[in-house]
Amino acid sequence: MTSAMEQHGRVASDVPVLEVSDLSVSFASGGEPVRVIDSVSFDVYPGETVGLVGESGSGKSVTCMSATGLIRHVGGRIDAGRIMIDGEDVTRIPSSRWRQIRPKIAATIFQQPIRSLNPAFTVGDQIAESLRVHDKLSRKEAWAEAVRLLDSVKISHAALRARDYPHMMSGGMCQRVMIAMALACRPQLLVADEPTTALDVTVQKGILELLNDLQAELGFGVLYVSHDLEVVREVCDRVIVMYAGQIVEYGEQSDLFEFPKHPYTAGLIASTPSMDSQRHELGFIPGTVPSASDFPSGCRFHPRCTFARESMCTEGTIDLTSFNSSERDVRCVRAGELKLHGGPIS
Amino acid sequence: MTILSAQHLSKSFGKSKRKVIAVDDVSLTLERASTLAIVGESGAGKSTVGRLLLRLIEPDTGRIEFDGHSLRDLPPREMRRQRRRLQMIFQDPSTSLDPLMTVGQTLEEAFRVHFQMDRKERLDRMHELLAQVGLGMHHARRRPVELSGGQIQRVSIARALACQPDVLVCDEPVSALDVSIGAQITNLLLELQSAHGLSLVYISHDLRMVKIIADEIVVMRGGRVVESGNAAEVFHDPASEYTRELLEAIPGNGAHRR
Repeated sequence: MTSAMEQHGRVASDVPVLEVSDLSVSFASGGEPVRVIDSVSFDVYPGETVGLVGESGSGKSVTCMSATGLIRHVGGRIDAGRIMIDGEDVTRIPSSRWRQIRPKIAATIFQQPIRSLNPAFTVGDQIAESLRVHDKLSRKEAWAEAVRLLDSVKISHAALRARDYPHMMSGGMCQRVMIAMALACRPQLLVADEPTTALDVTVQKGILELLNDLQAELGFGVLYVSHDLEVVREVCDRVIVMYAGQIVEYGEQSDLFEFPKHPYTAGLIASTPSMDSQRHELGFIPGTVPSASDFPSGCRFHPRCTFARESMCTEGTIDLTSFNSSERDVRCVRAGELKLHGGPIS
Repeated sequence: MTILSAQHLSKSFGKSKRKVIAVDDVSLTLERASTLAIVGESGAGKSTVGRLLLRLIEPDTGRIEFDGHSLRDLPPREMRRQRRRLQMIFQDPSTSLDPLMTVGQTLEEAFRVHFQMDRKERLDRMHELLAQVGLGMHHARRRPVELSGGQIQRVSIARALACQPDVLVCDEPVSALDVSIGAQITNLLLELQSAHGLSLVYISHDLRMVKIIADEIVVMRGGRVVESGNAAEVFHDPASEYTRELLEAIPGNGAHRR
């Protein structure tokens, strides 16, 4: 089977910065291990942004933490699959090696920048630290580079602000510092885990523009996790939709949002208010995400799906298959017959 | 018809050099069975206004009128009676309920304080309230830790409805929830409004959600009202530069994309 994801070709640079294949991860919480993500495959090419969307509990964060080698620190275990970064399978490498290579291959920026920074050190020191450790710069060189990085994330008076402690900065400023720190060792992949969710809209706009400019300049690939589909629509080239630990749909951003093929994707789009929404008109998905120990048989979305049919949707396993040979993968047996609504492209 | 209005509300915190003016001369009007949205960025004073309206914090100056009463002139005893009619739900559902009380106890407390009901009436009412917010009687035995964020927010709404309020102040009711669950809660609020004629004050920084729910809108910045009016008109043709900036910053409304 050639899936849409495999057919996806890039002319300029054909080597992905991140290639995840058939990744399965489980957590053992006391008793039996629980499989939380199941056979997930995708890739991210240099200079592009891939969106990862889905509700809480769909496996987005576990996927990201696996790709950045952090999953073992939260008790997760990679059962199967490969994660290729920079030509190396990183699923089996020891933590000590991860510490050496992480800032150069896969940096992360998180939702709550203020919590990710150390309150006891100035922001300049925190950026300089990683440069001293990983790039072996001297104290003085590292500081100068930290100031340059702060300047590159559009923090004015960078030399002065480098001496500030995190609490002296606003949320947006802290996120700029996080970006500077993440990019300090020039990683090939930036994992952005809800980077603007905690920020005001005007600040969010500035951060998204900054990320876009830096990406154009430095050419890193971005894995962008968000539950805000409108943001994803704006920043992503391709989008992966996850539900209950599986990829349920994958496609090009504009096509996927305009013509969703999976009822879950259509439900998410309908639940997301946009500036084109009309008063008192908002769709929703009934129910909640099942817990990982309790995934339903058949299509995992079927208990919440208005299109679910007895037996064909409720039994066996349903594969992610390429849809109509377009650049689209869908995990829905009724994908061909359903007429689903997407959102207007703004 | 106006149910709740405020004139020239001001509130500052701290003294002398450290004084912060959180709300500065804010006036607004909520019509019966409609939704007034208060929008703005962090620190604009939206939540403070919400709390001032219910006298959860006391304004420094200004007048609040609720259904013909001047709220600030009411004696404490009468104020307590009016409080039943003015309820609030908060942003972080996990901290807005008493963790030691079951859902049933939380609801019963509202009955006990505000109504005289016998056991059968209480159970019937609890059943009715839980059904209204899409929960069942089996949820009544649970404590907040045993519920999801969306379920807790439903309980908060049920608890507010238990008092049979006229006005419900919702302070960022869905911003801590998943988009899909937020959509469920928003739809629930709209249903309750059309079924019971609830008047809503909806405090939010999410202008997209406000566009769906609001009839009237107040835009705040730095404690002051920068613009107010009919929601459709404000969205269509904002009068102030700041509102325009806010609207342009909304994802899907601008062009951050290459």
